[in-house]
Amino acid sequence: MEFTFITLLNGLSYGLLLFLLSSGLTLIFSMLGVLNFAHASFYMLGAYFAYAISVKLGFWPALLLAPLLVALLGALVERFGLRHVRRHGQVAELLFTFGLSYVIVELVQLAWGKSALPYAIPKQLDGPLFTFYSTTFPICRGFMMLLALLVLLAASWLLKRSRTGLLIQAALTHPQMVEALGHNVPRIFTLVFAAGCGLAGLAGVVGGNAFVTEPGMAAGVGSIIFVVVVVGGLGSLRGAFLASLLIAILQTYAVALDVSLAGGLAHWGVVLDPDAAVYPLLQLTLAQLAPVLPYLLLVLVMLLRPRGLSGVRD
Amino acid sequence: MRKWIWLVFGLALLAAPWVFPQSAALSLLSQCGSMMILALSFNMLLGQTGMLSFGHAVCAGLAAFAAVHVMNRWAGGSPAALALVPLVGGCAGLLCGAVLGFITTRKSGTALSMISLALVELAAAGALMLPAWFGGESGISTDRVLGAPLFGIDFASQLQVYYLIAVWLFVCAAVMYGLTRTPLGRIANAVRDNPERAAFIGHDPRRVRYLMFMLSAFFAGIGGALTAINFEIASAENLGLLRSAQILLFTFIGGTGYFFGPMIGALVGVLFSALLSTYTRGWQLYLGLLFVIVVLFAPGGIAGVLVRLASVRRLTLSFLLPFLLRSAGLLLLAGGSVFLIEMLYRRTAGL
Repeated sequence: MEFTFITLLNGLSYGLLLFLLSSGLTLIFSMLGVLNFAHASFYMLGAYFAYAISVKLGFWPALLLAPLLVALLGALVERFGLRHVRRHGQVAELLFTFGLSYVIVELVQLAWGKSALPYAIPKQLDGPLFTFYSTTFPICRGFMMLLALLVLLAASWLLKRSRTGLLIQAALTHPQMVEALGHNVPRIFTLVFAAGCGLAGLAGVVGGNAFVTEPGMAAGVGSIIFVVVVVGGLGSLRGAFLASLLIAILQTYAVALDVSLAGGLAHWGVVLDPDAAVYPLLQLTLAQLAPVLPYLLLVLVMLLRPRGLSGVRD
Repeated sequence: MRKWIWLVFGLALLAAPWVFPQSAALSLLSQCGSMMILALSFNMLLGQTGMLSFGHAVCAGLAAFAAVHVMNRWAGGSPAALALVPLVGGCAGLLCGAVLGFITTRKSGTALSMISLALVELAAAGALMLPAWFGGESGISTDRVLGAPLFGIDFASQLQVYYLIAVWLFVCAAVMYGLTRTPLGRIANAVRDNPERAAFIGHDPRRVRYLMFMLSAFFAGIGGALTAINFEIASAENLGLLRSAQILLFTFIGGTGYFFGPMIGALVGVLFSALLSTYTRGWQLYLGLLFVIVVLFAPGGIAGVLVRLASVRRLTLSFLLPFLLRSAGLLLLAGGSVFLIEMLYRRTAGL
């Protein structure tokens, strides 16, 4: 009971962080049709900016300023890079953001070095939120969950109910019409891209101290968020939400379980020859398999339901 | 005209070791050769069929492992067998392409890229999990000298390995070029440009993509096996995303719109990374910047720029002056940025 509950909470908090990340990606993809390969790099930049700001001003200003800085960078990238590549098609956009992710990692190493940064959890968030039997749940995880939920609510309200959201949605389906009504469509695109990057930056601010801030953090989470987006269905915010929770919970449970096929077979009385070719495969424990579970899930989803869990478009 | 190009290419391959006889240069040339095959086969996907796959290194890497295992089994064989090891690699690559392609080519465009990316991660992580098959972090080493010399050839010297790679490169390049002239190659171009129309005239775009994916994986397997023969090792990093990214970067910098583009890219890329990495720690940054600049300003790559320059019939002043001015400005900008980046690297190294 204790194990199940705490693992579920850990999974949920990781899942909500994943959602914070993939929501920005989904936003950009569903609105602009750009698959931002550098999205995880913006997440990493968020963590590094937050570290640099929190050293000078403290954590709370960093929580506000770092995502804004990342959003500003995102706006610059859209204005001076993506906009020029767009006429060459989707693959060119993908290639551009891919090259950008490559450059950003190198630049981060140039500025902050290759080793992990001592980006610590602020005092107010350092400590147990509650204790369940003998396991404690840290406040910072709870804060992360709260933040992600707030963003989810704010984003859905902004897109579905507000005037700005109405305009954005109109600009995507009928750009000429919106332009004719006197709105600046390219600027709307820039703003959407900046907002998506800002969300990634926000995830970086909280993810950077909950996990670790180092140059490999973009690569570590980069492919997972693509899995989330594909499994959920491209461009579907609800799908991304479902998939991030599913993947995170699956992974956190798997890490905690130390069972293997060989062990299971031994339980049934089947003893394997260690020299058999498949022995190493059966020997793998679920905990060892945990890092690849999202990818296996993706393959499974692709084979059974190529559109993703709640996808609307290919 | 075209025949002349192939003749020149063959002669260049033959003559290269006599122009650059140093052992370091030979090793570089061998690397260039296998990278050219990889880049050409990658361009079958990106340039000809419009599939941006990140899974290319998986096919090449798994083929390299297959080649290494086969070579270790045949330790007492003959050098003639070694010359056929790339074919084994090709078959392994084909098999790998058949499996990966079945999953990735169900989608097109960006989804295909993402799925292939996930498969790369899966393969790289899986290889590290199974040290019994893939040798863990250190990889599996082998010995390319399989037995007593046959006609004085035993592949112990780098020169002989270079010629092995050169022969395979020439054959593969010729076959891949031939493939672009076949109906399949033409339909692949149609699928790239307008999948709906290709479907209307009765060609299932998914099947065409799948076929091209498998064929490309076959040649990638040959390239991977040649890499394994050259370095006498296959390791899990050959499967990873970085390796795939390298192939992608080289191919695109060379130019995806022309058949010879990827070969230029492989040559430039290997030389760039091998030579520059001895001078500066920032060579990956420069490579990345070069790539971004090519994507932004020269989507045709180096080959595109060369073709455009070659098509200028007369060098008039009105063409030459702005061209020279622009080049000078670019050089100045590049020099300035290089200086700035190097200063920053010095500073972080000092910290």
